[in-house]
Amino acid sequence: MNLKANSYRLRQDVLDIIYRAKTGHIGGDFSVTDILNVLYNQVMDITPENFGRNDRDHFILSKGHAVEALYAVLCQKGFFPREDLLTVSQYGSKYIGHPYNKVNGIEMNSGSLGHGLSVAVGMAIAGRMDKSSHRVYAVMGDGELAEGSVWEGAMAGGHYKLDNLCAVIDRNHLQISGTTEYVMNQKVQEERWAAFGWNVISVNGNDVDALQQAFADAAAFKGKPTVIVAHTTKGCGVSFMENQAGWHHRVPTAEEYEKGMAELKAKEAAANE
Amino acid sequence: MNKIANKQVICEVLMEKAKNDKDVVVLCSDSRGSSSLTPYADAFPEQFVEVGIAEQSLVSIAAGLARCGKKPYAASPACFLSTRSMEQAKVDCAYSHTNVKLIGVSGGVSYGALGMTHHSATDIADMASIPGMRVYLPSDRFQTRKLMEALYADTDPAYVRVGRNAVEDIYSEDNCPFEMDRATVLGEGSDVAIIACGEMVKPAVEAMEKLKAEGVSAGVLDMYCVKPLDAAAVIKAAENAKAVVVVEEHTRLCGLGAMVAQVLGENCPRRMKSLGLPDAPAIAGKSQEVFDYYGLNADGIAAAAHELLK
Repeated sequence: MNLKANSYRLRQDVLDIIYRAKTGHIGGDFSVTDILNVLYNQVMDITPENFGRNDRDHFILSKGHAVEALYAVLCQKGFFPREDLLTVSQYGSKYIGHPYNKVNGIEMNSGSLGHGLSVAVGMAIAGRMDKSSHRVYAVMGDGELAEGSVWEGAMAGGHYKLDNLCAVIDRNHLQISGTTEYVMNQKVQEERWAAFGWNVISVNGNDVDALQQAFADAAAFKGKPTVIVAHTTKGCGVSFMENQAGWHHRVPTAEEYEKGMAELKAKEAAANE
Repeated sequence: MNKIANKQVICEVLMEKAKNDKDVVVLCSDSRGSSSLTPYADAFPEQFVEVGIAEQSLVSIAAGLARCGKKPYAASPACFLSTRSMEQAKVDCAYSHTNVKLIGVSGGVSYGALGMTHHSATDIADMASIPGMRVYLPSDRFQTRKLMEALYADTDPAYVRVGRNAVEDIYSEDNCPFEMDRATVLGEGSDVAIIACGEMVKPAVEAMEKLKAEGVSAGVLDMYCVKPLDAAAVIKAAENAKAVVVVEEHTRLCGLGAMVAQVLGENCPRRMKSLGLPDAPAIAGKSQEVFDYYGLNADGIAAAAHELLK
């Protein structure tokens, strides 16, 4: 699979979902798309066939508001039919605005920030108890890091030296009220996690090649859990959405939809050349 | 007088289960001592997880373990477990539907002199309000054992509250009728039905005896299953009686009394009185001193019954 082209393909699905549903968190969806793309298509052993087993890899989207990006990836992986995407956020749908484990492929519900890392710690401890080789991945947002419960999980992961655990921070520097540094200073994440006993990898989180290398390095590292600080661009892929806090959860107009879709298609085509 | 606290029975049951089931895991938040789980932690270090003083991750980690096939029991003082980690109970246990059993120890006013931080006078309200979360307050050691056996056998999340101290027996080794989610009938009365849970069952039984001696026909329901409430038992007891008294070691707001009142109001209205803690920080003292101050004893229950029957 051409992962770079696929990221633009997935963003088109996200744009479709949000434009149709008239709701969603497009900025964070676009910043995290490359991370989910690489995880599901290159790194993690999670398939519709093995999803019922405990000894596969495990994944939690702790920044649950980016669920549209997860829907796009899971749908492409065959967890549910494409027509299900038409129901996102519609009356009575299980495809709601945050991960819901009635949806095939989703194992934990999220939406309230700051839960996923500790849940992932529990999954990693279970893997160690069972002497299973499965790995556990949790993706958080950077605004989410203001939640104190994140640091309870960070403490436990470091204390138990869970090297089967990999946290990813979608470090796009923006949250709903402005920059993370304006709302609640998050600098310097690398130093904070290192102090909690984690192996820290900094990477361009919108570069699929760099991400693949980072996940490989994380899997090879023993004795500590790894956090990948994925420096991303909020709204990545659609130039007029990039680095704009206003696109945290804005719904594009018809004109913006057309313009954004054209740009994504062009970028997908270029990546395929 | 029995010397074994209900929380010690929980430890005994979990040790018996852990011996034959490697998926049983106990988690504590620097609370193994207060939870009487030190013998478990010592005997099963591979099936024990210490999370430190961190009730939120206590519950989330338990949920992660459960999602991967473990049978986690997260034990912490009820005051912290039911409020500090309430959102984790809501999202990671109930909403995500994970097989986590939350064990709230030293509940109610067990830590009577330590102030409102250490009282769990709202835990029924907190936990019962969460869709998908069950709430159990067993009365004595024999019932606690039966309850833990039943919870081990199922896969749904639940919150269990027990007190700190040993309580007098209600049942016995040979006589502890127990059906999951069905109240235990400890007596039937045609004048007043007393409905109680947890440590209040004993004074309820004493009140029943006292009332009988005074010529009042009283019955008692041990409603250890606060949620799902055994509504059928409430209706049956109320239909046979003229009045209902509910007693709980919990604020009168949104607890067992409120839930019983809802059932009565919708099905068979009766004069009723709900006895419990006030909507205020409880007075300091040993459990029994606090109970006596608020009339949560045999005399108080009997007086409430007489008042209703006037």
